[in-house]
Order: sequence, then C-alpha cells, then structure tokens
Amino acid sequence: MRVVEKRQLLSADQIGRTLQRLAHQIVEQSGGAKDLAFIGIRRRGVPLAERLAGLVRDSTQVTVPVGTLDITLYRDDLSTVGPQPVVHSTEIDFPVDDRDLVVVDDVLYTGRTVRAAMNGLFDLGRPRRIRLCVLVDRGHRELPIEATFVGRTVETADSEIVEVRLKEIDTEERVMLVDRVD
Amino acid sequence: MLQRLPHLLGIEDLSTEQIAFILDQAKPFQELQRHPLKKLATLRGKTVAVAFFEASTRTRISFTTAAARLGADTMALQAEASSLKKGESLIDTVRTLEAMRPDGIVMRHSSSGAPAFVAQRIEVPVLNAGDGMHEHPTQALLDALTIRDRKGKLEGWNVTILGDILHSRVARSNIHLLSKFGARITLCGPAMWIPRGLETLAPGLRRTTCIEEALSGADVIMVLRVQTERIHEPALSPEEYVLRYQLTQKRLCLAGPDALVLHPGPMIRGLEIDSTVADGPQSAVLEQVTNGLAIRMALLYHLVGGAPADAPHPAKDRSNASD
Repeated sequence: MRVVEKRQLLSADQIGRTLQRLAHQIVEQSGGAKDLAFIGIRRRGVPLAERLAGLVRDSTQVTVPVGTLDITLYRDDLSTVGPQPVVHSTEIDFPVDDRDLVVVDDVLYTGRTVRAAMNGLFDLGRPRRIRLCVLVDRGHRELPIEATFVGRTVETADSEIVEVRLKEIDTEERVMLVDRVD
Repeated sequence: MLQRLPHLLGIEDLSTEQIAFILDQAKPFQELQRHPLKKLATLRGKTVAVAFFEASTRTRISFTTAAARLGADTMALQAEASSLKKGESLIDTVRTLEAMRPDGIVMRHSSSGAPAFVAQRIEVPVLNAGDGMHEHPTQALLDALTIRDRKGKLEGWNVTILGDILHSRVARSNIHLLSKFGARITLCGPAMWIPRGLETLAPGLRRTTCIEEALSGADVIMVLRVQTERIHEPALSPEEYVLRYQLTQKRLCLAGPDALVLHPGPMIRGLEIDSTVADGPQSAVLEQVTNGLAIRMALLYHLVGGAPADAPHPAKDRSNASD
C-alpha cells in the first residue's frame, strides 16, 4: 500500500497556537489547575501532554503532573492482528484517585484507543473525572466517546489517514491528510 | 522479534536479541504487579493448559497466576508419567492435550525433550516449565531479569553456581543464557555432582570442589536446591555437605559486599543456604518470585495471545490508532 499526501491540515505554527488555546480552555474549564493531571497516550499523546503541561505552568505557575499510558494490553483487537504488538511501560508515578485527569492523544478516530485508555486508568485507581483532549478529531466513531477539548475537527473519508508529525518523535512538525493508493 | 519463536522449549536455541527482547517485555509486567488492580483482560477467551507430569508447586502457581492476571482461563492437568513407558505416555499426553483444545500449553515433564516432542505434534505454542535434566528456560530468564535489575546490566559478570549441577536443569538453562552474555561461570560442588563436558556450552567454564575458591571474586552466586534424596552416605552425608558447601555469611564475605545471591526455590534453610544469607540484603530470592510472574506473563502474552498467522485481518486497520 502506498500513501499520497492530499493536503496539510496544520503547520508547526498552527500546532503551537492550537495547543496554546487548548491549554487555556483546560485551565478555564477546570477552575484552575490545582487537581489536574495530564495522561499522554503513547506515542504521540505523550509529547502533546508534556507541552500542554508546560503551557499551563507558564500561565498559572502550577506544575501539572504528566503521566504516560501504554494501551497495548487493553486493546480489543489483539486476537486478530497476528503477531502481538510490543508492550511499553505505563509511567504514572502519582495516584490517580480523586484526580481530575485529562487524557491527551493526537487523533480521535474510532474511539477504541480512548476506551482502552480508560480501562487502563481504572486499573490504577478511581479518578474524580476523566476528560479527553485531542489535536485532531477526524470522525468515524465506533464507540460513544467524544473529546472535551478539540484542536481541529476535520471531515475525512474512511480511506484517508491523518498523519501527525511532532518534532520530539519525527524529523518535522505538521499535520497532514494522506490517502491510501492500492 | 518473537514472531519466529512459536514455542519456548529452551534457552540454548535463543539468540541474545530474543532473550533481551523477552527481558525488556517483562518490564511493563513488573510494573503491573504494583497496580492496585492486577487483572487484565488481554487474553480473555484464551485457555492455557497447565500440564505438569512432575511435582511442582512454585512454577505451577506462577504460571497459573500469570495466566489469570492476563485474563486467560487455565486447565490443570496433573499426572504421574512414571508408570507408563515413556514413548507411550507422551503420545497419550499429546492426544489428551489436543482433545482439550487449548490456546497454549505450559508443560513440565520428568523426561528431557518431552515438551519438544509435544511441540512437534501439536499446533499450539508449548512453554517448557522444566523437562528432566534438560532445561528450565523461564527460571533462567527470571534469574537474568533479577541480575539485570539488581546489578544494572546482564553482561560480563563472574557467576558461581553452587550445588548439584549434574541433575539441575536450572543450572543448564542458566549456563546457556549467561554464557551468551559473556559471563565467566564457575561450577562448584561435590565432584560427583559436577559433570564434565559442560565446557562445550560455555567457553572458559571453570569447575572446582572448593567453595572458597569458587566464591572469591564472584559477582552473582546461584545456590541450587539440594535434593535430600540425592544425599546419601557413604558418598556424602548432609553434615558434610553443610560443612563444605553451605553458603554462610562468612563465606559470602569472600565474594564481596556487592555480590548477589539467587536461589530458584524451594530453599532448604540450614542445608544449602544459611538463613542469615537467605534473608540478608544480598539475597534476591523474593524478587525472583515476582520477576518470575512478569517473565511468564510476557511470554504468555507473546506466545499465546494473537491470532495464527493465516487468520483474516480485521476489516478496518489501525492506521489512526496510537502506535
């Protein structure tokens, strides 16, 4: 399968401004940043969560803890994908009990990843609230899951893929819409 | 990495990359042991047959718990293989196991090679939980994980294995594993328990009947269980074994304060190991138990989980799922 780029959805600058806006919304709608914690979903949710925590710190002087969640063991498609995917560490070194959690991921698509993330979080304790923050919502949900904080909503066809590139992981920083060519 | 590893039959045929991969994959499962809720649904709907044809408590409980924490069901099959002729009983074994339609088989047998025999005749993954005097691969992997965690790395240590090497599959699997990572191995015990020919497994392997010589400069000391039925006079009395080979605090001082003490269990305190050493800061016997769970969960996840290679792919791929 080949993929071709159709168009760019967000430039590096736009990603930066979007995160700035999301950080403000999160603080505003949480009544401050006191009980907040960010949970980044591996892989690209992690740098996004760290950046949001940095932006919140700049504006409120509150250091919001950031945890990393690996959802591999909670996936619902493991028995159908052939060789088992590699499991990575979940690093959440603060108690999630009674916390106001914001789960962060790059793209919201079927909702299955978020379902898995919530299962993983429940194994760690009983958060007071879980909200979801995504950079891009591309639709095509298969579960009743919506994000509280959305960077950009994009209409997509099922065959298209939203590619997020972040400087912490990739060589460049931008979001683009690509299509599969069989 | 484990795609080409359909079974876990021994350490001998594993590459260092495969071993390092299994140890790395045990890490997230070590963390799970600290979670308030330890039970996953990852292998829900899978059934693991736990077939033990030789007495065992620890390994059986460890595998059963590992399967349970991954959400798999277990079927226990226990039998004494000794009453039948070996060939016949093994074929019966295969048929019995197949009839239960498991997704994986954990197997211990008193005959060396029995798990390999079964693996050739059955479609599902077989995990060797100890076969005769051949191998006990999960024990060697959990020992390696414990060494790596406690000493920071696995490569290049002076490792002394103490006790009944001849009858020990734990020793054999450990010699295979550690020599792949450049260990300098010393075998120590009564002469009748130290077989010749192991040099071919591990270059530079050293043997001695003198415990003081074996302990001097050791970074890791593996104390093996001494089976009391194998100690009998006039060749060796228990008193003599204690006197000459028991790991005591005083002897441990010869190895230095950073030396790590391992024991596969069950320990006979006062015979092969002194209680002060077993409970002391240099001992990692309880970590070995916890690490055993993590290693077995990682192996069950990779070998039993997942669909067979020819299974149809799901309608929608996961291009926008987290990778």
